[in-house]
Amino acid sequence: MSAEIEALIQQKLDELLPQKLEQLLTEREAAKTPSMAIIATRGTLDWAYPPFILASTAAALGWEVSLFFTFYGLNLVKKDVSDLKVSPIGNPGMPMKMPFGPDWFREIDWNKFLMPNLIQTNLPGFEALATALMKQTIANNGVASIEELRTLCREADVKFYACQMTVELFGFSHADLIDGLEYVGAATFLPIAQKCDVTLFM
Amino acid sequence: MNFDRELDARGLNCPLPILRAKKALGEMQSGQVLRIIATDPGSVKDFAAFCKQTGNELLSSAENNKEFEFYIKRK
Repeated sequence: MSAEIEALIQQKLDELLPQKLEQLLTEREAAKTPSMAIIATRGTLDWAYPPFILASTAAALGWEVSLFFTFYGLNLVKKDVSDLKVSPIGNPGMPMKMPFGPDWFREIDWNKFLMPNLIQTNLPGFEALATALMKQTIANNGVASIEELRTLCREADVKFYACQMTVELFGFSHADLIDGLEYVGAATFLPIAQKCDVTLFM
Repeated sequence: MNFDRELDARGLNCPLPILRAKKALGEMQSGQVLRIIATDPGSVKDFAAFCKQTGNELLSSAENNKEFEFYIKRK
C-alpha cells in the first residue's frame, strides 16, 4: 500500500515539479536587476565611446553598471577630456572622410588612394588633423561628446573604478582625475564581474 | 494621439534619444504619455527594446518623411 502511495507521489512530483521550477525561475529572472561590468583600457577619442555609450544606455535600461578604468583607459576619467586624440597608427579601419564640403567631396575615403596608413602615421600633424576631422564628424552626426556621455553615466549612478596600480605606474595624480572615483585593484573587480550578467573588455 | 510631454530628438544619434527619453519619463507621472520625434533610423528597434526592458508601454511607433514618431506610456 505505502509503495503505491509513494509511486503516486513520485508520479505527481514528476508532473508538477518541472512546471513549478520553470515558473519560479521565470519569476526570479524577471525580478533580477541586470548588471554589467566593463574594463576600459584604451585612451583615445574613438575608443572612449564604446564604454560610455554602453554604460549610459545600460543605466537607462535600469541596469547596474560598473566601469573599470585601467592602463590608458585612465585618460577617460581625467578631469579634462578635451585633449583626447584619434591615433591613425595601427588604425587602418578608420575611414578618412571630410566632414564638410559638397556631398561628392564628403563621400571620398581618402584612405583608399591618397594616404596609406604608413604615410599618415609619419606625417607631422596628422594626428591633430585626424582628431579635428573626427570631432567635426561627431558633431555633424549628432553624436554626444565624451564629456556629455560621461556626465550622463554619473547622473545615472554608474559606478566608476580606477586602477590604483596604473595610477602609480603612469604617474597620474588623483587630483588630475574626476572626483568620486574608487581606487581599487583586480581583487575588487573580479568579485563584481563574477556576479554580472555582462562583462566586457574594451 | 494625446500626450503629456514631447521630446524632440531630431538630429541626435545613438544613444542620446534613449537617454533623453529615459530622463523625460523619469520626470513624468505613471500613466502619462511621452511623444518622441527622432531621425535616427536605429531608434525604431532601440525604443522597442527600451520599452520591453523597462516596462514602459510603447503605444505606437511610426515613420513619416524620414522622421520617427513614438508614443510611450510611463509605467
